[in-house]
Amino acid sequence: MSEAPFGRRLLTVTGMDELGSYRVLRVADPDGPDPAPGQFAMLATAERWGGGEDERPYLPRAFSIARWGEGEAHFLLEDVGPGTNRLCELEASDRLWVLGPLGTGFTPSRDGRRALLVGGGVGIAPLAILQDVLEGQSTVLLGFRDAGRAVGAALLGGAQVATDDGSVGYDGRVTDLLTTELDSDPWATVYACGPAAMLEMVRAMCAERSVPAQLALEAGMACGFGACFGCVVPRRSGGYLRVCVEGPVIDAAELDLVDEHAGAPT
Amino acid sequence: MSVDFCGLQLAHRVINGSGTFDAIAAQRAFGAALKAEFPFAAYVSKTITVEPREGNLPPRLWEAPGGLVNSIGLPNKGLERYIAEDLPQLASILADEHRPVPLITNVMGSTPEELSRLVEACEAHKEIAAVELNVSCPNVKTGLDIGADPAALEAVVREVRPRSRKPLIVKLTPNTADVAACAQAAQAGGADAVSLINTLRAMALTPRRSGARPLGDGRPPGNVRRSSPNPAITSVPWLGGGAGGLSGPAIRAVALAQVAAVAARVTIPVVGMGGVQTTAHARDLIDVGATLVAVGTESFRDPAAGARIARDLD
Repeated sequence: MSEAPFGRRLLTVTGMDELGSYRVLRVADPDGPDPAPGQFAMLATAERWGGGEDERPYLPRAFSIARWGEGEAHFLLEDVGPGTNRLCELEASDRLWVLGPLGTGFTPSRDGRRALLVGGGVGIAPLAILQDVLEGQSTVLLGFRDAGRAVGAALLGGAQVATDDGSVGYDGRVTDLLTTELDSDPWATVYACGPAAMLEMVRAMCAERSVPAQLALEAGMACGFGACFGCVVPRRSGGYLRVCVEGPVIDAAELDLVDEHAGAPT
Repeated sequence: MSVDFCGLQLAHRVINGSGTFDAIAAQRAFGAALKAEFPFAAYVSKTITVEPREGNLPPRLWEAPGGLVNSIGLPNKGLERYIAEDLPQLASILADEHRPVPLITNVMGSTPEELSRLVEACEAHKEIAAVELNVSCPNVKTGLDIGADPAALEAVVREVRPRSRKPLIVKLTPNTADVAACAQAAQAGGADAVSLINTLRAMALTPRRSGARPLGDGRPPGNVRRSSPNPAITSVPWLGGGAGGLSGPAIRAVALAQVAAVAARVTIPVVGMGGVQTTAHARDLIDVGATLVAVGTESFRDPAAGARIARDLD
């Protein structure tokens, strides 16, 4: 995993692209270290971070790095709360505080298993950079609530899409697509990111079939670098794991259950 | 420059608040840059207890207007593993051939025997320069926080004082009627310094409105259905620990008032903290009598905040 420069850095927004219901925030980071897929950054706008709904946001927000290259980092945003609301207002040449890359990302399997990338909603973000670095073919299964969100599938190449309302692709859950894939060829490693309920289904399904799975979790965080102990999830062997340093990508075998716990940073 | 604090020579006046900076985790995240750019003139450990603690059930965080409510529950490895595993790593991070960063170990015990054991262990290890007592824990007999009751506080400090020759700092709780009386009691018991303010007692309820989002998504945790311990409260507390402590800029004005009140009443040095985000905020605390300033929640927003605040302070 890449180490981050010490301290937050003031970077410049190069663009904000619409992607259906989502936004892709592009940030110039010519001097930043190459992130590993699954690593994340803490983001806060340089101006007017605060003073929104309920006099928030105050803390920076954690976002997976969705894509990296040519001196730019890309982040996938969905406007769901005062933090994401303010971030979605950014325009080219605005300035942004960035701390990262942080955390433990995906570890590409080296045992010849095929890669199954399973994403849900805005959680597809870290699978894009993973697909970029994976050697060889990967199978991509993405689930969305509706057609507006399913536009986000364009972030990855060659994805099979499922929607909850059946408006695009398969009418049902992305985990149904995963069942079909694992039934046809279980010699796979699953890399997944999405809502807790989806990740829990992926975890249970992979555990039952002894398929290794790496789950990128989401949790409310104050710091992102192991200081606050606020983002913990229970570990199967007892105690807690910090999503920010032991994760966000955690071997599914370490978890008994993927729970809603602290929810998603917004 | 050099600042004398209880006989320790510090490079500047800015340290960290206990439990707001994990140097070992930070080294993992930032590598060698952490040591090269270490932001604090002394490093305060998180609270160490005799037995290991897992900490509170999640959720542990709630974003408040201009601040953070936390209910972390003092997770730590326990005294034995802190000494065996963490101390060598911390000593290596803090070492410097010209001016090592002194390590202040923060300890909490629920009985005088536990506290004495913790303080004696600190005395026995040369890597530890000073001890900070976390007295924001309930007295097993009265249920009151020891640190909120001047008589109980003085007795505890008097009990542990002879166990170590190292500087003894008492971390005061703001959740008391007269913080200056508590500071005086700590001084009378033999404390070398006091630090304040700890977090203000606070709570948050699980949002009723759909679409309301705290730091999380508004839903209570799926496997942790909690009922309120207080029958008068008909909603579900958001934090797994039920209630927590408020920190951040929201408490800065309270901190300034309490530091001023304490500094006017004691002769020992005062470490002031509470919502410090800039050099000007640190200067305010020094202007009302603080010798050192601690940075806490601001380090969550920027791990290098301590260095930024210290740079222009003197």
